[in-house]
Amino acid sequence: MRYLPLSDNDRADMLTRIGADSIDELFADIPEAVRLEELTTLPRRKTEMQVERQLSALANKNVSAGSLPFFVGAGAYKHHIPATVDHLIQRSEFLTSYTPYQPEITQGTLQALFEFQTQVANLTGMDVANASMYDGSTGTAEAVLMAHRVTRKKKAILSGGLHPQYREVVEGITRKLPGGSVVSLPADPMGTEDILAQIDDETSCVVVQSPSFYGQLIDLKPIAEKAHAHKALLIAVFTEVVSLGLLESPGAQGSDIVVGEGQSIGNPLTFGGPYVGLFATRQKYIRNMPGRLCGETVDAEGRRGFVLTLSTREQHIRRDKATSNICTNSGLCCLAFTIHMTLLGGSGLAKLARINHMNAVKLADALNAVEGVDVLNDAFFNEFTIRVPADANDVIEALAVNGVLGGVPVSRLEQGNPELNNLIVVANTEVNTDEDRAAFVDALKEVLA
Amino acid sequence: MTMNHQGRSTSAGEAGRSASHQTFTGNRALDMEEPLIFEIGHMDNCGVDLDETADFAPRLGSHMRQEIVDLPALSEPETMRHYVRLSRNNYAIDAGLYPLGSCTMKHNPRLNEKMARLPGFADIHPLQPISTVPGAFELISELADWLMELTGTNAVAMSPKAGAHGEQCGMMAIKHAIAAKGEERSIVLVPESAHGTNPATAALVGYKVVSIPARDDGTVSVDAVVEKIEAHAGQVAALMLTNPNTCGLFEPEVIEIANAIHEAGGYFYCDGANFNAIVGKAKPGDLGIDAMHINLHKTFSTPHGGGGPGSGPVVLSDRLAPYAPLPFIRKNNEELEVVETTDQLQGNEQPFGRMTAFFGQMGMYVRALSYMMSHGSDGLKQASEDAVLNANYIRVGLQDLMTLPFGEKPCMHEVLFDDSFLNDTGVSTLDFAKAMIDEGYHPMTMYFPLVVSGAMLIEPTESESRASLDLFVATMRDLVMSAKAGDTGRFEGAPYLAPRRRLDETTAARKPILKWVAPEPTKVQPETA
Repeated sequence: MRYLPLSDNDRADMLTRIGADSIDELFADIPEAVRLEELTTLPRRKTEMQVERQLSALANKNVSAGSLPFFVGAGAYKHHIPATVDHLIQRSEFLTSYTPYQPEITQGTLQALFEFQTQVANLTGMDVANASMYDGSTGTAEAVLMAHRVTRKKKAILSGGLHPQYREVVEGITRKLPGGSVVSLPADPMGTEDILAQIDDETSCVVVQSPSFYGQLIDLKPIAEKAHAHKALLIAVFTEVVSLGLLESPGAQGSDIVVGEGQSIGNPLTFGGPYVGLFATRQKYIRNMPGRLCGETVDAEGRRGFVLTLSTREQHIRRDKATSNICTNSGLCCLAFTIHMTLLGGSGLAKLARINHMNAVKLADALNAVEGVDVLNDAFFNEFTIRVPADANDVIEALAVNGVLGGVPVSRLEQGNPELNNLIVVANTEVNTDEDRAAFVDALKEVLA
Repeated sequence: MTMNHQGRSTSAGEAGRSASHQTFTGNRALDMEEPLIFEIGHMDNCGVDLDETADFAPRLGSHMRQEIVDLPALSEPETMRHYVRLSRNNYAIDAGLYPLGSCTMKHNPRLNEKMARLPGFADIHPLQPISTVPGAFELISELADWLMELTGTNAVAMSPKAGAHGEQCGMMAIKHAIAAKGEERSIVLVPESAHGTNPATAALVGYKVVSIPARDDGTVSVDAVVEKIEAHAGQVAALMLTNPNTCGLFEPEVIEIANAIHEAGGYFYCDGANFNAIVGKAKPGDLGIDAMHINLHKTFSTPHGGGGPGSGPVVLSDRLAPYAPLPFIRKNNEELEVVETTDQLQGNEQPFGRMTAFFGQMGMYVRALSYMMSHGSDGLKQASEDAVLNANYIRVGLQDLMTLPFGEKPCMHEVLFDDSFLNDTGVSTLDFAKAMIDEGYHPMTMYFPLVVSGAMLIEPTESESRASLDLFVATMRDLVMSAKAGDTGRFEGAPYLAPRRRLDETTAARKPILKWVAPEPTKVQPETA
């Protein structure tokens, strides 16, 4: 087997050296009744060529985003990733290194994490960012738990503009806690809900996504004010990090925790994972933060270096008193994010964001002009919701048959509300051309005709 | 001058001499100092060419940012050089033996990387129409079949993002199953030797943790479990047990323990971090587990990436299967049906909720399946046997000089030493580990598990050749003899030759600097007369 260096002679010699008559002697503690002879039901080893052939055949059954006009977003976005990014993250020294527990020989990972934390903090307008969560959805659940620790209250209010699957993740983990409660507001495509009326003295945190799941931009400032008046925290969520290049940062709007999905920068779609959760907060809350933190220090010769720090918050030290159970996070996805972000810088990000927004405006106008189609959002970034005069699922399927992936039917994620059955969330990034948009509009007209 | 067979100086004095040679740049030939991007980047240049946008009326309401984000950029060649230089300060499995116990730092085949980057896997969206991604669901289903077969179970929740997330998933399923029976239980039993994630997860899911002591031989006895079950009668929801355990031993009473917890109405959560020892040798389902996460980034070779991403599917017993979270794939004969929402549920399916947006770590699924297909049933079994063989080879190579806390008996895929061989040498476990760095090795796992003093947990994996093991054993022996001979200088200040000497972690924690801040411009003091 090509991955195994030992030869049969090695194995025999080594067993002799160990003083065992057979390999099974080393497995003697496994109760005899459950010892396996062979896994007869599974196929035997394959050559590299055979594996490649078989997996390529599976991959070829899928329609890839780059092969047709593609407008699917709703929490994951198709962006162009510079070739440099994938080359660098495949360097052995980054790819095949462990969590940097031995800082003297992992300064590469650690310095990159320090750069990542700085980028995330500056992007979000916050004091401190951690070294990543699994993704935006799990990060949001962690943010709610953190708010509960900070405020010593256990009631979370979730905006109706929060990604429905993020809401489900939050509900799943926090409702099970003793005394935990979650108030989830109904779907809010246009950003008109009255979330302020929900905030009371029992409230631990208010979770608001902007741009919302439906694409609507939300003013966070009044929500922050009301939350703070009731000693609650504002958790600002985003799923499209590129938006921060053009929009006022959630930190500047008074957020206490900012959490979101970083996939758009540096990470391919990959059917939903692995992604990278961005997580930032105020200085005063750092000891309540989940996840790893990388900090600056000096070595014995006074040279600057970086280490994992404040680990007394973490599971491997604090066990059942830890701020989170997270261990492995999204290391390599952070690195991809940081490299892409380094290529862009603030000015490149602003430009990229502007292109995204411009394309979305063009598409919104073109779709709005299609008979029976309405764009619902008055303020949006690169994503918006349209209402179509038919069942949205049927429309999307028909568009796919016509060679356009035209967005996400809201009802795929939100059930039980017939008013949502005609809604489609449509995303438009820098990868979409005028031809793509024209193809979408033409196909939509045909489907609705 | 003594040289070992690789031509390196072996005396600390020589190391000191090379260290004292000063350079203008602070670089040492290939070992280069590299500033932070914030110190070398530009605000007016960029490493990506983007089209200028034409004038258009923005639709941002009042939400427009007034200033650009304060982050500098580097051009493409500068970016390349910056991160290549950083990378060279990292140890990696591709560069050397990485004996971190309980971490399974095995070879990461590049075929896996290539497969994960096929556009049909890397460039597909989790919410594009299901009809356009049949190959994705086939792949997930195929991987699920392998995992169920290897573990002897009939259900698996695929979506958890890493081991700890898998634990959370398993424990939430248990909590839900207990609630479905109309019961309430508040306690989870966790052995002292457990990974920190186990008690942290139990607490996160709302349980109180009761610790079970280890026996003198490093294993958990059924009597100790029964004692705790009886002390908390009717309150024990689950036992979380790692098997093989973190002392590198297979729990010999695991079946009796499973029976005991089941008889008490509780569930058996198995931490599968050490599954690499027994793939193809035993099926955890046959041992009576109710849930076990599988770290695809350990056992099935997806790269650790400097701390992730991982993937932690959880196999479930028939008792827990109905509570598996959304989304899942329902198999009707050979037809795959994707269940994403509660209105699609059938029969006795009662998912406890959702672990994450979308379908989990697809990129890791592709890599893990590529690994499994490459090995096949025969290769997977051989890999486990070689992993165990290699660990035992290290054990017999070192057991006369280092100390085995539980006696000279076979271990599984990792071997645990304690620090009593260092007594009276003035060398601590930490010092010893740091001296390994100078020898070109990543240290083993230290001070874990907590049940022995100064633990050193060595896991070589099946990826090491005999020559590699021989050199490692010889190096460790040389270090031990050096410590015993009183050469404390080799250890106290170690590492001497790494990109950094020992780092001040105390100051880092006391005065945390967690992001780069531009230094205040230095004021030039006018010279006073």
